[in-house]
Amino acid sequence: MEITMEKTLDQKVVVNTIEAIDTSKPSKIEVKDVNVWYGDFQAIKGIDMEIKPNTVTAFIGPSGCGKSTFLRLFNRMNDYIDSHRMEGKIKINGKNIYKKKVNVEELRKEIGMVFQKPNPFPKSIFENVAYGLKIQGIKDKKFIEERVEKALKQADLWEEVKDKLKKSALALSGGQQQRLCIARTLAVEPSIILMDEPTSALDPISTSKIENLIFELKKKYTIIIVTHNMQQASRISDYTAFFYIGELIEYGKTKKIFTNPEKKRTENYITGRFG
Amino acid sequence: MRKIKEYLIEKLLFSSALITIAVTFGIIGVLGFEAIIFFSEVSILEFFTDTQWTPLFADKHFGILPLLTGTLLTSFIAISVALPIGLSIGIYLSEYAPKSFRKTVKPLLELLAAVPTVVYGFFALIVVTPFLQGFIPNLSGFNSLSAGIVMGIMIIPFISSLSEDALHAVPDALREASFGMGATKLQTAFKVVVPAASSGIIVSIILAISRAIGETMIVAIAAGQQPRFTLDPTVPVETITAYIVQVSLGDVQHGSIEYRTIFAAGITLFVVTFLLNTISYRIRKKYQQRYE
Ligand SMILES: Nc1ncnc2c1ncn2[C@@H]1O[C@H](COP(=O)(O)OP(=O)(O)O)[C@@H](O)[C@H]1O
Ligand SMILES: [Mg+2]
Repeated sequence: MEITMEKTLDQKVVVNTIEAIDTSKPSKIEVKDVNVWYGDFQAIKGIDMEIKPNTVTAFIGPSGCGKSTFLRLFNRMNDYIDSHRMEGKIKINGKNIYKKKVNVEELRKEIGMVFQKPNPFPKSIFENVAYGLKIQGIKDKKFIEERVEKALKQADLWEEVKDKLKKSALALSGGQQQRLCIARTLAVEPSIILMDEPTSALDPISTSKIENLIFELKKKYTIIIVTHNMQQASRISDYTAFFYIGELIEYGKTKKIFTNPEKKRTENYITGRFG
Repeated sequence: MRKIKEYLIEKLLFSSALITIAVTFGIIGVLGFEAIIFFSEVSILEFFTDTQWTPLFADKHFGILPLLTGTLLTSFIAISVALPIGLSIGIYLSEYAPKSFRKTVKPLLELLAAVPTVVYGFFALIVVTPFLQGFIPNLSGFNSLSAGIVMGIMIIPFISSLSEDALHAVPDALREASFGMGATKLQTAFKVVVPAASSGIIVSIILAISRAIGETMIVAIAAGQQPRFTLDPTVPVETITAYIVQVSLGDVQHGSIEYRTIFAAGITLFVVTFLLNTISYRIRKKYQQRYE
């Protein structure tokens, strides 16, 4: 009995990554010897790393060192770039997401992404947050409404928008738009959230709101955040990875990296001697 | 020396602009002037309510409705053909096709609009109508169906090209946001990109309708020249443009009421297309800065 159950589950797993990633448990990410090229140019050079569940991991490094490229590997966002080529393995809860059979759409429902510039859809606030549910074919109005409210509350935006859910999302301020994009991601209840410099286009007040938010979210999600702001990395992250020209130079507890880095390059970058 | 040259060029450019504006106003002026004389003899009420248009017969009726319905019917058929095909092409080129394919196919499609319309007219009359008669036995030799279909083919590039431009202008950030939430390409195209480009798409449709309404040769050749107040696409009709050609080429007397019907019909056409252009201008204006 037990055995057959497992077998059928296993078979499903191959077809459908949503089950491959066990959402009841926080997700662990393993990166094994990953290399990335854009045409002839190698942007990521032999990276190995492991990202722990329910932590905030910050990716830092000078501009152009490959942080975005690396981050976008986790939800296969680079698939759309023609010249892009990737080698190596990225395992999420033990399953390699670069296997041929992986359903990329299902994968992305588990791994949300927040972008550098707020990119709400030119739709109403409500429709923005409901989008992910609707494309999954969910029709239950009440369910969608509840999820939208919950996501907006989680993103600390509910109080500001609850009376104008039908208004265009484009009428919101930049900081509100970014929190809306976070709510939009949360509404589908992913287990991992990728953020690519989510506050670089925002004012200090909006930035601190989002930092507080990240702090709250890590209780339930695994968060990876690219940032060029050293203070931000040290404030919000548990682990920090320092990249330099496509290589992972140093990776460890944020406290350690910022107070007592092992590599000279890391120290130079953190103390602002280059970058 | 150089200053004089600059000065002359500037004046030259200015006067060309001035001439263009003057000519435009001249045309509108003549149109309006002759139309006013026409409406002093025929009441506007009769013009818009009479269902017969027989200015060239002994029993004269001056109801624009048959010509207007002829125009709208052929244009409606044309847009019913051009919209689904043109929009599908636009979406395919913008969202699916490789760059190189897009670059070659777009100008090729635009050639459709460059074919002389007289060729389309004969194509409708000699090829499409006999072909359709195989399915619709009671289809007249002249009818709005084949004229409309062929006109639809002609205006496909208006919709495909302009809507492709509009779709292509939608920032990739929106596509990424949609893909990032697990949407497929199809979902992204129809739920995000098309709605985001809707103003541009509507403008392309309006321009295509404008073009169809103003089209003359195809309808004059293939739709017939019988003003008839009907929505039946299988019988001969006459459009405003076809009527104007018919009378202009005929031998009506200069200054007669028959002659002035051209201007009355012409100003009706002008008002319709002017309204359409104004709407499309407004839409464009309103949404222009959306992504700035
Ligand atoms: N689509 C692309 N095509 C070619 N090269 C790219 C592309 N995207 C990024 N690169 C190159 O890859 C390197 C890493 O870029 P990126 O990951 O954006 O760095 P970061 O986010 O750290 O600033 C840079 O040298 C950049 O020029
Ligand atoms: Mg980047």
